[in-house]
Amino acid sequence: MGQTTAEKIFAAHLRDEPFPGTMVLDLDRVLCHEITTPVAIADLEWRGKDRVFDSSRIKAVIDHVTPSKDSKTALQAKILRDWARRHAIKDFFDVGRNGVCHALFPEKGYIRPGFTAIMGDSHTCTHGAFGAFAAGVGTTDLEVGILKGVCAFREPKTIRVNLSGKLRPGVYAKDVILFVIGELGVNGATDRVIEFHGPVVEAMSMDARMTLCNMAIEAGGTCGICQPDQVTVDYLWPFIESEFSSRQAALEEYRQWCADADADYDRTLDYDVTGLSPQVTFGYKPDCVKPVGELAGTRIDQVYIGTCTNGRIEDLRQAAAVLKGRRIADSLRGIVSPATPKIFQEALSEGLIQIFMDAGFCVTNPTCGACLGMSNGVLAEGEACASTSNRNFNGRMGKGGMVHLMSPATAAATAVTGVITDARTL
Amino acid sequence: MKKTFGGPALVLDRADINTDEIIPAKYLTEVTKEALRPYCLEDLKLEGFDAKGEKLRNARVVITRENFGCGSSREHAPWVFEVNEIHTVIAESYARIFRQNMFNCGMLAIELPRPDIDALIALELESNGSIDVEVHLQEQKVVARGNGRDVSCGFEISPFDKALVEAGGWVEYADARY
Ligand code: SF4
Repeated sequence: MGQTTAEKIFAAHLRDEPFPGTMVLDLDRVLCHEITTPVAIADLEWRGKDRVFDSSRIKAVIDHVTPSKDSKTALQAKILRDWARRHAIKDFFDVGRNGVCHALFPEKGYIRPGFTAIMGDSHTCTHGAFGAFAAGVGTTDLEVGILKGVCAFREPKTIRVNLSGKLRPGVYAKDVILFVIGELGVNGATDRVIEFHGPVVEAMSMDARMTLCNMAIEAGGTCGICQPDQVTVDYLWPFIESEFSSRQAALEEYRQWCADADADYDRTLDYDVTGLSPQVTFGYKPDCVKPVGELAGTRIDQVYIGTCTNGRIEDLRQAAAVLKGRRIADSLRGIVSPATPKIFQEALSEGLIQIFMDAGFCVTNPTCGACLGMSNGVLAEGEACASTSNRNFNGRMGKGGMVHLMSPATAAATAVTGVITDARTL
Repeated sequence: MKKTFGGPALVLDRADINTDEIIPAKYLTEVTKEALRPYCLEDLKLEGFDAKGEKLRNARVVITRENFGCGSSREHAPWVFEVNEIHTVIAESYARIFRQNMFNCGMLAIELPRPDIDALIALELESNGSIDVEVHLQEQKVVARGNGRDVSCGFEISPFDKALVEAGGWVEYADARY
C-alpha cells in the first residue's frame, strides 16, 4: 500500500509512538509570534527550563500588532525580543524587517518539502504548500516544541481534493478554496490533512498555493498540502542552490515526498473548476459561501487587502489591476497591508503602491492588523468589511462587525463601487 | 498539576462555537492566564446566554454541540475555562487544536454522540437549568444528576489523552519522556 505525503513525512520524523495511533514527531521548524509565544516563554521560565532545543530551527517574528500600539502589546513584543536575544535566535524579525508570519517565513526559504513545522497559529497549514507538514498548535505544544523539538499528532488521515479544468480569467486560488470549504463545511476536514492535486494546482504559483493551503483550517483541516514540483524548486532555488548540483537534482530529491499513486485516502473529492465564479462569504462561518453575483450590491464600509491569505505580491497585482485609473467610492475606506517588507518594496518598484494611493487607499506597514481586529482598521458595531483574509467569525474584525471574505480582485472592485461587485463586470 | 473534574454544568446548545467567541482577540494582549478570567465567552452568539451571569460563574462543566472551539489556535480558550475552574467540556465533537490544547493543559475534552448530548440537554431543561455532572475517568463514564434522576454515558478517550490528563499536561509528560 502506498503512502500519502503526510504519511511519508510522519514516517521520516517519527521519534516515538507512545500509544498506537499517537505519533511524536521531530520538528524541523518551530515558528513563533508575539501573541502566543510570550505565555510559553513565561511558563518555561517559571518551570526553570528557559532553554531552546535548537536556536537555528526556531524562527520568530513580531507581526500581529506591530509597531506596538500600547503598553500591553509592547510588553508582548519585548518578551519575544528579549527571549530571542537571550537564546541567540538569529532569525528574529523585529519592526522594519517584520511581516505576516505565513508570508515572511516561506519567503525566507525556511520551509522545504518534507519538513515538519509547528507554530502557535492556526494558519500554519499555509506552509504545506511546499509539500511540508505544518500545523497550528496551542501554546503548550509550542512550549514543548521550543524545549524538546517534538510534537504529538494523531496518525494522519488525508482527504484528496482533485482540481481539474481551468480557472477562467478573474477567478483565483481564493475563490477555489472558498468553494472547497463551502463543500466540505467548517468541520469537514477535522483531524485530516487536505492534499490538493490536479492541473489547476499544478498551474498555480507558490503564492496561489499558499492561499489554497492557508484556509485548510477553515474546514477544520490540520494542514493543506500541495505536491512539490518544478514550481516549488524554482521558488526555493535561491535558498537551496548550494545544496544541489542542479534544479533537476533538487526536483528528484523533493519528489520523494509526493503521494504514491496507490496511497490510501480517507475521501477523494473531484471538482472541475472551469465554470467557477468568484466566491464571497455571507455569514459568520467560512463555509457560508456564494458566487459573487448573489451578493452583488451588498453595502460595504471598509475594504481590507492583505493578510497571510492574500497579502502577497500577486494578490497586490490582481487588486491593482482592477484599481488602476480608478478611485474608491466616497462611502468607504480602503486599507492595503503588503504582507512583508519585500512584498512592499516590490509593490513600490512595480508602481502598485502608487495605484493604491491614487485610488484613495491607506497603505499600512506589513502586519496582521485589522485581520483579527486588534489594530489598523477595527470595525465599529454594524459595519461591514470586504476582506481578503480568511475568517469571518462574529466580531473577528471588531465587535458587531460583519466580514465578507473574497479575493483581492473582488475586494478591489468592491472598493471602487462601494458595494460587493464582481470585478469582471467593471 | 492534576485537575479536578465535574460539577455544575452549563449547556451551550449550539454548534461551531469558535475561539473568538470563547475569548475575543482583543484580550490576547494579556500575558497571564489569570487576567483572562472576566472575559469568558464574552462574544458568544447564543439566545438567552449571559456572559456576566450567575450560571457561568458557578459552572464547572460545559456541555455543547459539534465542532466546539473551531478557529484560532489560541490556548487562551482552554485557559479562560481553566481560570474559571471549568476543567471539563463535553461536546459532540471538537476542532483539533482546541481538543489538543485541553488535554495539553491536563483538562478533559469528552466526546459523546449526539443522542447522549441530547439526553444531557433534555435533563438540564427538565431540571430548570440545574444539573450536576460527575466524571469517572477510570470507568470512562459521566453521570449527570438533576430533577431526581440520572443520565449516565460512557465515553471513549485515547490512551494518550488519558496519559496527558494523568500527568497533569503535555509539558510534564514530554519532560519526563523526551
Ligand atoms: S494575517 Fe490574520 S489569519 Fe494570518 S496570521 Fe495574521 S491574524 Fe492570523
